[in-house]
Amino acid sequence: MTTVLTAPAQAEPLVRRIRPGLTAAGIFLALVVPAALAPGLLTTYAPDAIRPADFFQPPSTAHWFGTDQNGRDVYTRLVHGAGQSLLIGLGATALSLTLGITLGLTAALGGRRADFAVGRVLEVLFAFPGLLLALLFIAVFGTGAVTAAVAVGIGEAAGYARLIRAQATTVVRSGYVEAARGLGHPPLRVVRRTVLPNVLRPLAALATLGIGQSVVWASSLSFLGLGAQPPAAEWGAMLADGRTFLQYAWWTSFFPGLFIVLTTLSTTVIGRRLQAWLDARSS
Amino acid sequence: MTATVARLRRYGVRPAGAALVLWAAATVTFLALHLVPGDPVLVLLGGGSGANPTPETIAAIRHAYGLDQPLYAQYLHHIGRLVTGDLGVSTSLKEPVAGVITQQLPATIELTALALLFAWLLAGAVVLLSTGRGALGRALGSGLETVAAGLPHFWLGVVLLYVFAFRLGWFPVAGGTGIAGLVLPALTLAVPLAGYLGQVTRGALLTALEQPFVTSARLRGMSSAAVRARRALRHALLPPLTLSGWAVGALFSSEVVVESVFARQGIGRALLNAVLARDLPLVTGIVLLIAAVYVLVDLAVDLLHAVVDPRIRTPREL
Repeated sequence: MTTVLTAPAQAEPLVRRIRPGLTAAGIFLALVVPAALAPGLLTTYAPDAIRPADFFQPPSTAHWFGTDQNGRDVYTRLVHGAGQSLLIGLGATALSLTLGITLGLTAALGGRRADFAVGRVLEVLFAFPGLLLALLFIAVFGTGAVTAAVAVGIGEAAGYARLIRAQATTVVRSGYVEAARGLGHPPLRVVRRTVLPNVLRPLAALATLGIGQSVVWASSLSFLGLGAQPPAAEWGAMLADGRTFLQYAWWTSFFPGLFIVLTTLSTTVIGRRLQAWLDARSS
Repeated sequence: MTATVARLRRYGVRPAGAALVLWAAATVTFLALHLVPGDPVLVLLGGGSGANPTPETIAAIRHAYGLDQPLYAQYLHHIGRLVTGDLGVSTSLKEPVAGVITQQLPATIELTALALLFAWLLAGAVVLLSTGRGALGRALGSGLETVAAGLPHFWLGVVLLYVFAFRLGWFPVAGGTGIAGLVLPALTLAVPLAGYLGQVTRGALLTALEQPFVTSARLRGMSSAAVRARRALRHALLPPLTLSGWAVGALFSSEVVVESVFARQGIGRALLNAVLARDLPLVTGIVLLIAAVYVLVDLAVDLLHAVVDPRIRTPREL
């Protein structure tokens, strides 16, 4: 217990000042974003060039992450796949945030009946845990990268809606909203100028945290053969493709997965930091 | 409010709410069946393009499934069948959905139970070993949890499969009978779940350690480790226990991925095959089953919670 009492008095340890996790996350994303925007700048091979003679080369200086069963360079395909993998994740997050904001704000601003209705809708949506809602959606509308992104977006919406509903309810009941009403501002102006900014500000952190989750879910669907289909250099599809040859060439499935993990971790670390920073600023 | 009324509310209102959620979930699956683009008869015949039914067959099926009746009648019929346990007939397997489920369920339940056990052991070990060890221990522990919670099942499964089955040969590569074939898939499911449970338990443990009863136990001479294990842990376990409903539901839906990685039979594999074949009766049957499992476990945890924690035995706010 004594450590708890004296800890604040000590100088900040080196680890906390450098923040190794945050720095690593920043560096990784600083490399992935250019890869997504201009993959040609970071690679020398063509992503779909088939060279049967070079099949299953282990990682080397010529092929950093090795080659796959068709002699395609895994590193090149990873860089070219960054765009599609991230785009699906971003699209899904944008969709789920839009749905979440609509439901959450309806509940908080629409009075008791709206709040009750939204509450019941969310309860039902929560009864379809994880990928379940996305799978149901794909069973109805078919497979494909776009359907997968929409499916993930719908599957994640309930979680956002719950958080936004709680946040908006707190804001609506707060002293400063009451003050704005007391000053005689019309309701629409109070909503636009006072309620919305305070509800939407914490969303920056939430959205960052959500991108990692979306990337994982979307690539899970591709891995299962329900999202982007194999010739595409999407990370989940690459992993699914390489899994067949796991015994002979671990690198064709290891590296796509590693990139998915690093993307998720980076967005999680940065999102948490953002959340802590926003919390500290608002209090 | 008297104690009887309070008890009635707790044991009556909460189950009624759960039943309503299940009814709504059944309605969602009914809508899904009717949202499929194209003629529902062709969907029921399995995909459409491959089959080339005669108009007589189509008319017969339309009548047999009641598709010639108004939508509300179909809806009532659908709910009525579900209540009696009739989930329809799988279009890809040409078998009753209920039969397919009972056939695949035991393997999945085994896997879920072992995964849940592993997850609790892992989360408990990391949290107990890393709290109270200074800043470094806490950073290590929570770092480990963050990484674990972010690991996608398909990648973790492939890595475990490569290292422990292909290279070391400790476990069978695919299928396998008995416990040996169960360890790797259960670990794959358990590690990310342990990450989440660990994060929640750690937060609750840190809160509990700041409570006055901890200080008083320490003043009476109890060691720091004993206080953590015997006093604070009981409080810290409540928040993650309430997550059990979510955890079981999440495990069931993650099994779609894990059973496919390890080529295991089970509910998840059946669901994936059904989605790929667009076998809507089987998809909606399994989705409803998982929703029911989630709702019922959540309900059981809620009712047990009141037994375990005397503080919430007052009338609930609804």
